[in-house]
Amino acid sequence: MTVDDEEVRHVATLARIDLDDEEVERFTGQFAEILEHFEALDDVPEVDPDPELANVMRPDEVEAGLTQEEALRNAPETEDGYFKGPNVS
Amino acid sequence: MSHNAFITETRIEGESDGPLAGRTVAVKDNISTDGVETTCGSAALEGYVPPYDATVVERLKDAGATIVGKTNMDEFGMGTTTETSAFGPVENPAAEGRVPGGSSGGSAAAVASGAADLALGSDTGGSVRCPAAFCGVVGIKPTYGLVSRYGLVAYANSLEQIGPLAPTVEAAAELLEVLAGPDPNDATTREPPAGVDTDYAAAADGDVSGLTVGVPTELLEGADEGVRAVFEDAIDDLESKGATTETVSLPSVETAVQAYYVIAMSEASSNLARFDGVRYGRSGEGDGEGNWNESFAAARELGFGEEVKRRVLLGTYALSAGYHDKYYKKAQDARAWVKQDFDEAFESVDVLASPTMPVPPFERGESLEDPLQMYLADANTVPINLANLPAISVPAGETDEGPVGLQLVGPAFDEATLVRAGSALE
Repeated sequence: MTVDDEEVRHVATLARIDLDDEEVERFTGQFAEILEHFEALDDVPEVDPDPELANVMRPDEVEAGLTQEEALRNAPETEDGYFKGPNVS
Repeated sequence: MSHNAFITETRIEGESDGPLAGRTVAVKDNISTDGVETTCGSAALEGYVPPYDATVVERLKDAGATIVGKTNMDEFGMGTTTETSAFGPVENPAAEGRVPGGSSGGSAAAVASGAADLALGSDTGGSVRCPAAFCGVVGIKPTYGLVSRYGLVAYANSLEQIGPLAPTVEAAAELLEVLAGPDPNDATTREPPAGVDTDYAAAADGDVSGLTVGVPTELLEGADEGVRAVFEDAIDDLESKGATTETVSLPSVETAVQAYYVIAMSEASSNLARFDGVRYGRSGEGDGEGNWNESFAAARELGFGEEVKRRVLLGTYALSAGYHDKYYKKAQDARAWVKQDFDEAFESVDVLASPTMPVPPFERGESLEDPLQMYLADANTVPINLANLPAISVPAGETDEGPVGLQLVGPAFDEATLVRAGSALE
């Protein structure tokens, strides 16, 4: 498995994480090694999974949740009782 | 010596009476505590104060426990050494100069040093059992669905469980009794099947006569020589007390580490998407201009440490177009295979035994430069999470390099048998 720095940058964009050049370089080498190790999964036999799955349902009833004040308490920036994000450009 | 076991020291008094009255408990810092900072060992959540308690924290308070602090951990639970914390590494009270294991290293160090009577950790791929083994204490990873994850900050939610750490098997079992049981706020919790023994503490009677212990060759082969010698002495001890042992084979565990990391990283890439620096957590420190994606990416560059970035990126890669079938889907096959192997093994044995960790505690700093080597150290613990099974790590002895833990694995919801067998080793 070969990984180049363009692929690492592409994945970082998908994941919304900025990386500096040094991180890109280090991750490129490490990802190649780790992904090569993951290649062993190619030899796993097909298994008929027998999951004991059951839907868990509950009545859809209104319950007390966080207050607006509690929900906003940890936000870096708020305005008029709302979260404040970056401008949409 | 504090060993840097705590990120926050506090004192939350519980009810005046209850099964844990008079007992102090340290809580891993990825478990939400109402009004008390909860960072997950990450700069991204420095200053974050949850507006509610995790279900397990409510249960601790109702049981009369006193919470004495939030323990240091690998960032978001991602590590095997408790060196990836943004708040500095934890020292091992039982092996100077060596790591305490991870990711619940602060919880294990708090118990081993006596800073708390008991502790809560979380175990996604061994994060309770590994530090228990390295610090010479007891740790239990419960059956998936026995303990509520409500209020646990998610890393890989299909794998993780909150579990107890304690100086003795009986004390860990007492704490498990308080934590266990269904929770309407976590739909993955289940009532144990009818007829199953849930008096965990009472099961700590050391009676292993007639017990059949299987030893999977695959989990012993790669182990360090010193670790193996301690393990074999402990198995002899169980035999002298009336247990019989037999060798079993679990071929599927050979690809368990790969399956575990693909699944855990994939789930992490989704779960950690919530840390955008808008609703909580560190912001991107931009000028508010530009677009959302740039702002999020800046916040996450600042907030996340290297191991977290590595796992989120690899998880994103494994789920991306063209690679999903090759990695994620094959990892799910490997997971089903592991589960099937364990089910078959339990048709002929009551419990399985292995060294908890194939190696003694690493020297500090030793494994940080080589992530793959660190992942491979989880070989004996991750299969249990993939199979949703319960396991306990019990101190088995020491090598010159530190404590050695013995891991016992049981069928789903048979924690009582693990407690019984584990207590025979004390």
